[in-house]
Amino acid sequence: MNALSAWWRDPWRKPRLLAAVTIGYLLWSLLPVLIAAAFSFNDGRSRTSWQGFSMRWYYGDPERSVWHDDTMQTALVQTLKLGVLTTLVCVPLGIALAIGLHRWRGRIPNTANSLLLLSFVLPETLLAVALLLVVTNLALPFTLGTTSQVIGLVTFQLSYPAILVRARLATIGHQLEEAAMDLGASPLSAQRRVILPMLVPAIVASAVLVFADVIDDFVIVRYLSGDASTEPTSVKIYNTARAAPTPALNALATLLLVAAMLAVALGFLAYRYLGRRSGETDTIGSFAGET
Amino acid sequence: MTLATLPSTEGPSGQPAPASRQPRGGRLLGPLLAMPGIVWLLLFFVAPLYVVLAVVFGGVDPIFRTVIPVWNPVLWSSDQPIYVLTHIVGDDGIFGPALLRTAVYVFTASVLCLFIAFPIAYYVARLSGRWKGLLLTLLIAPFWISYMMRMLAWVNLLANDGIVNRIISMGGLLPDDTEWLSGKSVVVILGLVYGYVPYMIIPLYAGLDRLPSELIEGARDLGANRFSAFWRVTWPMSRPVVIASVLLTCLPMLGDYFTSDLLSGSPSTSMVGNLINNTVLTPGQTGQAGAFVLLVLIVSLVPMLYYVRSVSRSDGAAI
Repeated sequence: MNALSAWWRDPWRKPRLLAAVTIGYLLWSLLPVLIAAAFSFNDGRSRTSWQGFSMRWYYGDPERSVWHDDTMQTALVQTLKLGVLTTLVCVPLGIALAIGLHRWRGRIPNTANSLLLLSFVLPETLLAVALLLVVTNLALPFTLGTTSQVIGLVTFQLSYPAILVRARLATIGHQLEEAAMDLGASPLSAQRRVILPMLVPAIVASAVLVFADVIDDFVIVRYLSGDASTEPTSVKIYNTARAAPTPALNALATLLLVAAMLAVALGFLAYRYLGRRSGETDTIGSFAGET
Repeated sequence: MTLATLPSTEGPSGQPAPASRQPRGGRLLGPLLAMPGIVWLLLFFVAPLYVVLAVVFGGVDPIFRTVIPVWNPVLWSSDQPIYVLTHIVGDDGIFGPALLRTAVYVFTASVLCLFIAFPIAYYVARLSGRWKGLLLTLLIAPFWISYMMRMLAWVNLLANDGIVNRIISMGGLLPDDTEWLSGKSVVVILGLVYGYVPYMIIPLYAGLDRLPSELIEGARDLGANRFSAFWRVTWPMSRPVVIASVLLTCLPMLGDYFTSDLLSGSPSTSMVGNLINNTVLTPGQTGQAGAFVLLVLIVSLVPMLYYVRSVSRSDGAAI
């Protein structure tokens, strides 16, 4: 009893209970996904009992494998297309917005700030339905399909690069650009030659986060897809998950997972490399925007 | 996901961020750079909300059953919202159960999320030592796994011949023919917890990581035991972050319909998101979907504004 109370009072005792809870949580959170990924290599049709290893559902099966099923290929291509297009539009727009709001004081930029935060917390379904009603009720130069999907995704994701870049700008401060201007740079070239290079790590991080988030998006891309030809992977999973699918669906989901993880890993390495060069912190936390 | 969208933790040492002054020169550069983004937000974020109003308070074509949006607020008719409101309670209360269920599910799932997320975020942020980087990476990983894949994983596990039933039957505790995936509230709530708890852990982690540890150590030095140090120092300081993380989790849950669709697929577990999803593409019912959207928007407006206020107040310059 004494030993127990001494253990309880010891201020340096290891937090074993919390460690166990954390490890338990990680198993609960990641194991199911790993099991689902493992069954994409199953030799049989079952997604619940293991029948040996094969690549059948990736390219072996002549009809139902990801490689040979046209609908799955279309979905995968559409996913990557949306990821690239959205990132290309969203990141420059977000960076310009962040720099602009950082330099502008007054009522308008404050309202824009609040709008940006509002777009970050608005339930995605609401934005998706609102945009669906816009596209179906107004005579716009585009209809449902890739253009609408990219517009919706950019709107939903715009806050990420803007927030990440603003957080970085706040730590940079105004001294450096003032020094550049004292030495004869114009305001624009001070931005371009002093501030922008310092923002590169934050820009890389936000591009990767936007891409990884877009290829996993479901709500916006589903409502704004016109027909089966613009339905990306997540919608394909939603449509077939409860309709007796084959492990090819797991294979499709696994490919998506690998794409996202690859993008994030490469982005993080680039971020670390760039951060080392300019002597910044380079933890996974700062990569994801921790200040 | 980003960790920069949090109110600062309130503590005696938390000094307000120095108000950054107007940078010198190029007064037009700021507005010029911000304009494209602001125009984008006005066109594709603010204007669509007005279109929702025009559809909700608009009419329905009597023959084609398509919606006729009415752009002039003077001509708005409230037939559709009144139809929805009168069908929530009473004899025709066809929408009531789903709305009540949404409240119960979202509340229960958020509370469970907090019970899971707080200890884990606290441990990883403050006590995990050299394992911190690895643990944080593993905690962030679910963000980059598609929500659909994470639900698909559970569809596989909970199938009638799935691993869950097989484990149960091996233990011999329960009959192994439980149909988990047909209309079980417990499964949907746990699915919501599974789906959304990472969105709570990460902001909580970022907030708890910033707590000044001197204050907690000081409390212990001055004689507080573990619990009172936690209750009187750590918890009050982390409250703004807890509220923000709960909001970041339960707001998206309010629009969720796919968790219920995938893990139950039965109307007995449908939430308000399902009502929106089922009506929005049905001819003649689009206005109802708009009314539900408006309802969720009104309910979530106060929490959203609270979040925006607490985040933009916490550091004047950064969002």
